[in-house]
Amino acid sequence: MTIAVESAPASASKTVGQRLPAPSRAGDVFSERFTMVMAVSIFALIGLILYELLVGAWPTIKTFGFSFLTTSSWNPVTEKFGALPFIYGTLLSSLIALLIAVPLSIATAIYLTELAPLWLRQPLTSLIEMLAAIPSVILGLWGIFVMIPFLSKFVYPGLQSALGWTPFFSGPIFGIGMLSGGIILSIMVIPIITSVSREILSSVPNLQREAAYALGATKWEVTRVAVLSYAKRGLFGAIILGLGRAIGETMAVTMVIGNSSRISASLFAPGNTMASVLANQFAEASDDAFLSALFAVGLVLFLVTVIVNLFAQLLLVAAGGNKHGKLA
Amino acid sequence: MSSPSTTAEQLAFDAKDVCVWYGEKQVLFNINLGVRPKSITAIIGPSGCGKSTFLRCLNRMHELVPSARLEGHITLFGDDLYAPTVDPAFVRRRVGMVFQKSNPFPTMSIQDNVVAGLRLNGIRDKAFLNEQMEKSLRLAALWDEVKDDLHKPGVSLSGGQQQRLCIARAVAMQPEVLLMDEPCSALDPMATQKIEELMQEIKRNFTIVIVTHNMQQAARCSEQTAFLFMGKLIEMDSTEKIFGNPSQQQTEDYITGRFG
Amino acid sequence: MNTHGTVREWGDNHKFRKGKSALVSALCVLAGILVVTPLALVFIYLVIQGAESVNGNFFTQLPKPSGELGGGMANAIVGTFTLLGIASLIGVPIGVLGAVYLAEYGGPKLNWWIRFSSDILNGVPSIIWGIVIYGLMVVPMKGYSALAGGVALGCLMIPIILRTTEEVLLLVPQGYREAALALGIARWKVILQIVIKTASKGIITALLLAFARVAGETAPLLFTALGNNFWNRNLLQPISALPLQIYSFATSAFDDYHRQAWAGALVLVTLVFVLNISVRFLTRDKA
Repeated sequence: MTIAVESAPASASKTVGQRLPAPSRAGDVFSERFTMVMAVSIFALIGLILYELLVGAWPTIKTFGFSFLTTSSWNPVTEKFGALPFIYGTLLSSLIALLIAVPLSIATAIYLTELAPLWLRQPLTSLIEMLAAIPSVILGLWGIFVMIPFLSKFVYPGLQSALGWTPFFSGPIFGIGMLSGGIILSIMVIPIITSVSREILSSVPNLQREAAYALGATKWEVTRVAVLSYAKRGLFGAIILGLGRAIGETMAVTMVIGNSSRISASLFAPGNTMASVLANQFAEASDDAFLSALFAVGLVLFLVTVIVNLFAQLLLVAAGGNKHGKLA
Repeated sequence: MSSPSTTAEQLAFDAKDVCVWYGEKQVLFNINLGVRPKSITAIIGPSGCGKSTFLRCLNRMHELVPSARLEGHITLFGDDLYAPTVDPAFVRRRVGMVFQKSNPFPTMSIQDNVVAGLRLNGIRDKAFLNEQMEKSLRLAALWDEVKDDLHKPGVSLSGGQQQRLCIARAVAMQPEVLLMDEPCSALDPMATQKIEELMQEIKRNFTIVIVTHNMQQAARCSEQTAFLFMGKLIEMDSTEKIFGNPSQQQTEDYITGRFG
Repeated sequence: MNTHGTVREWGDNHKFRKGKSALVSALCVLAGILVVTPLALVFIYLVIQGAESVNGNFFTQLPKPSGELGGGMANAIVGTFTLLGIASLIGVPIGVLGAVYLAEYGGPKLNWWIRFSSDILNGVPSIIWGIVIYGLMVVPMKGYSALAGGVALGCLMIPIILRTTEEVLLLVPQGYREAALALGIARWKVILQIVIKTASKGIITALLLAFARVAGETAPLLFTALGNNFWNRNLLQPISALPLQIYSFATSAFDDYHRQAWAGALVLVTLVFVLNISVRFLTRDKA
């Protein structure tokens, strides 16, 4: 490119233009392509997971087909594998976790956005975020040595004497078991549901609240009518996000749920979730059929969490859209 | 307007039939406009009239909007800025720009800010950089104020000083033209006056095109004024003519404050 | 219906409604207390149980064979940092450069898909990465290794770093990019020298957050790094990590192991919180 030299201002003898190297597109083309490869590798990672799980699970899928999901015998010796006990365990422990966590989390989120004195809001929010940062294995440790002894001494016997006539609270109390797993899970999902709910609630426009206050509503009525009904969809998204976390949570549950491959009605009985059976048995799976069955459990777990998270994301995206779209 | 014959004095910018679209929306319609070298040309018009867009077409900054599309020709001292082989970075080295909001680089000191363009474009010669730095700061009437604080961060300066730092940064590249996009709209009257004086100084060596919504500023500083309205060039003439005796009714309505 | 009557009715009703409102408020306060209680309890126990076992030996000695008293987790501490080092070699470049693409180059449609996918990937249970890397690296390389464990943690870091770094880059005002481009500087240099430099503090914050997230991960290491009780300088051999050691000691039958598990937990939590708190300092400074 010689234009610069020809048309440079007459004043300069040794202009900047003459010193500058010619611009080159190569660096830009390279950097765009290169960073794009990095960004797009996200798709590759998802594909990689799916591929590895499918390859690992293939012998099991071929042998058992759909009945892998519906039968409940899990016997490495006879090489008969059905994942139903773990699917049941995952569903039940997540259900227990949500039953405890949802009311507590949403009430806490309401407290944080509507009721708490201003000076308390930020510290309390940070505290709850700290709870989310505690590694799972440490909660498991605490679960084994603090929570379970406490529960089996003071809570479970009471539950049994009150509700022992139902199959859910009958049978021997081991301490470890489905109920303990559900409770520790609830502690793990509370921070998630609370902090996402808090964000949703604080994004409700103040106009909504003021309109309700202007009608003479009490604080609770304002919250219920103006805030909660407005934020319904987002809160549901927060709960589903918590469900996704509960389904995939591994270490703490593994340490308190008891590693049993049987379905039992009693919540005091030991069990396994899909995640905990992987943690408990993968390392000792010596033969190929056993390993493949565990890969199949992993595949199911992966698909379930992806679907649940997809659903949660869509709900939250829709709720986020509301923020700008639908103003009263 | 009474322009001398083109061969005797080549135009700095010559825009021919410039049309610009953002996506489906056309924002500039067949703009034909010549900018004379070593003078100040003001572009005025109500907000949204396309004056900033046109200014950005002069150094191809409008291409940062992915959906932008331009038709027509713009030449700089006879060179086609939109020829397929021309790199936009090359255009921007020849055409400096000062923005509405002062934007010295926050990670750099005052002196690094001034020579940022030179250094990031690959000039390593320390002595040359220092020479350019002092020259540019003097030209921007900032040297006496900052010569003892050259290592302080650029953002530590006052608003008016920051804007003059940005001018120094732009002139350090020795561009042939300096584009100014409402450079005083965020400044107080004192700082504005300083920049206006500075422009008179700078125009001895550079051509200046300034976009402003402040008609007094256009009347005070410029030799020629173009009036844009709804994406069309309504009128362009000497500043005296535009503000004294415009030939178009719309221009008169605008400068007498009947709309806009 | 006469107006006087309705207003009085409304007044009577109001008392009930106010009471109800107060009751619900009280319940919300109670919920808040219940939510914070476990955190307090975990901390109290960590400090009480952990403090008495955290001593010089803990940081300098190897674990003793089961049944013997004493020993420490020196190898696990070094192992954790080794694994984080390997993980960052994968997670940081892919995450940060991918974020650069999202913030600087990508079109809206592709960006939406990348963000969406990385949010989905973020929700994948970490144990899944454990078995995927087992199939991908441990089986073909015929053995558990530090390398496999680091790769598993690195994969976990990618979506975290990608999303947080993108947010940080988007916070850099457009004016700086424009000013630099208007000087005729090539785009990639603008990104490197202006955008990334301006955002550097935020990017470090994002990286620290990602480290804090994966430093406590156990599940992806179970079948990759495996853990051991020795010093290991060979990255192709199994390596221990604090979470792994805590897990294996907590689930063992020996009291002295339990004691050390608490000590390990205290050290791990301190590490995670120091990372988190330095993030808070960095972000506060910026605001």
